[in-house]
Amino acid sequence: MADALLSVKNLCRRFGGIVATDDLSLDVVRGELHAIIGPNGAGKTTLISQLTGQLLPNTGTIHFADQDVTRLPAYRRSALGLARSFQITSLLKDFSAIDNVALAAQAHDGHSFRFWGKARAEPHLRKAAMAALERVGLGQRADTVVSELSHGEQRELELAVALAAKPQMLVLDEPMAGLGVTESARMVKLLQELQREVTIVLVEHDMDAVFALADRITVLVYGRVIACDVPAAIRQNAEVRRAYLGDQQVATHG
Amino acid sequence: MTAQLNARSIVVALVVAGLALLPLYSSISGNVFVLTLFTRIVIFALAAVSLNLIMGYGGMMSFGHAAYLGIGGYAVGILAFEGIGSGFIQWPVALAASALFALVIGALSLRTRGVYFIMITLAFAQMAYYVASGLARYGGDDGLTIYKRSDFAGLVNLSSRVQFYYVCLGCLFAGIYLVWRIVNSRFGLVVQGVRSNEQRMQAIGFHANRYRLVCFVIAGTMCGLAGALLATNTDFVSPSIMYWTRSGDLMVMVILGGMGSLFGPVIGTIVFLVLEESLSQITEFWALIMGPLLLLIVLFGHGGIDGWLGRLRRG
Repeated sequence: MADALLSVKNLCRRFGGIVATDDLSLDVVRGELHAIIGPNGAGKTTLISQLTGQLLPNTGTIHFADQDVTRLPAYRRSALGLARSFQITSLLKDFSAIDNVALAAQAHDGHSFRFWGKARAEPHLRKAAMAALERVGLGQRADTVVSELSHGEQRELELAVALAAKPQMLVLDEPMAGLGVTESARMVKLLQELQREVTIVLVEHDMDAVFALADRITVLVYGRVIACDVPAAIRQNAEVRRAYLGDQQVATHG
Repeated sequence: MTAQLNARSIVVALVVAGLALLPLYSSISGNVFVLTLFTRIVIFALAAVSLNLIMGYGGMMSFGHAAYLGIGGYAVGILAFEGIGSGFIQWPVALAASALFALVIGALSLRTRGVYFIMITLAFAQMAYYVASGLARYGGDDGLTIYKRSDFAGLVNLSSRVQFYYVCLGCLFAGIYLVWRIVNSRFGLVVQGVRSNEQRMQAIGFHANRYRLVCFVIAGTMCGLAGALLATNTDFVSPSIMYWTRSGDLMVMVILGGMGSLFGPVIGTIVFLVLEESLSQITEFWALIMGPLLLLIVLFGHGGIDGWLGRLRRG
């Protein structure tokens, strides 16, 4: 695709005999919110771990911003503007909320081999961190240690950390996981604001959220793409209904 | 951390004042032994402070930290033996050799994590131990006597007991100050972030191992300085200075005092060495008392002595 910010071609990743990513190709256009859905075990997290570099593919290529990043380690991809949040909240638990965010800002503000000055007293890092925190509604909780934040707040903090890196693309792994109804609604609203500014790849189980937010949806089953289209078309797609949405209906009604 | 008037800061202030005034007490009371003991304590405290930088702040459980004591000590000893008596050469060489050793073993060890890291650092230190034992020219197993202390061109006289004590104390305070600056710097926050969650730090854009390695080298260099001081203190250096039990002692001092606390290792070292000294005068089976005692402190005093002092404020 012409204006693809992220372009994945023929990606394969096996774990022993299991093919978690099976000849997968995918384009994410600049500016869109691209949702990836699929039943449990479809290989969604495996896929985005390869996108952001926590995991390397066996074969295939990943291009980000016209650059081959297939073999780049995670920290280098982050420097290119690819930020991710984790499905299982992955923060610096013994650091305060603002320290978590400020470190992300620091990572994109030159090298950190500075041994003398007080990092917590650098106004531009603190300001950037505070802005990101306020963005996700955590301004009041800046000095709270992460382990004392609620689960919902930690999910929001994940997002603030990703934002602080001023990324070109946000890769969000189930940001709604474990959130209550009101917290989910807040998160959806937040993502609606963010999607105007940054390209987002969203993996999410909450179908209401996905259909409300996504510009396009890719459906993954057993590591392959079975459909990739706008939400309305995905809703009508017979194969998707059979493979995924139908299953869920069975699950909720049975 | 703000300086509040709590149990912890009172103890720290008392210890600092006590250490600073110790030579005065020693000369008034005529108790030379206490100065000898505390010179040793101050030197080991510097080593413990350096180990705390990687262990407490960096999360790197190095079980080979005594290797740097040996390298620093042997650098001074060998140069003195070969007739190079100037401290302006001996000490920089001691630091550089320790830094280089830390760079090499760090680059290799930091590919591993957890128990493997502990084992590989232990293995490297034991290698250094056996290499030193094989240095026939420099005494091998029997060690090397240093007949003349480093010459600093009249700047300080290391042969003076009091001056040497203050040199050691100055190095300790400088070391603590350095660690304090480091842990609050950008670099220090990154290192502590990696301890807390390495994957996260990689994901936000830090090449974690590069920071860990630099931290490892800083700590090794600091401990090399302690090694140079230690060898000077005893006018002697032998392979046993870096035997693995010594690395274990250093770890105990850090854990006892409180990992990741700025001043904890100093208190840990004082308690450890004073206990060792006084118990060994009561019975030759002093380790039988020392062991369970340490076990109790580690089991029940979460965060070591420093952690316990921190809790006193509220209790």
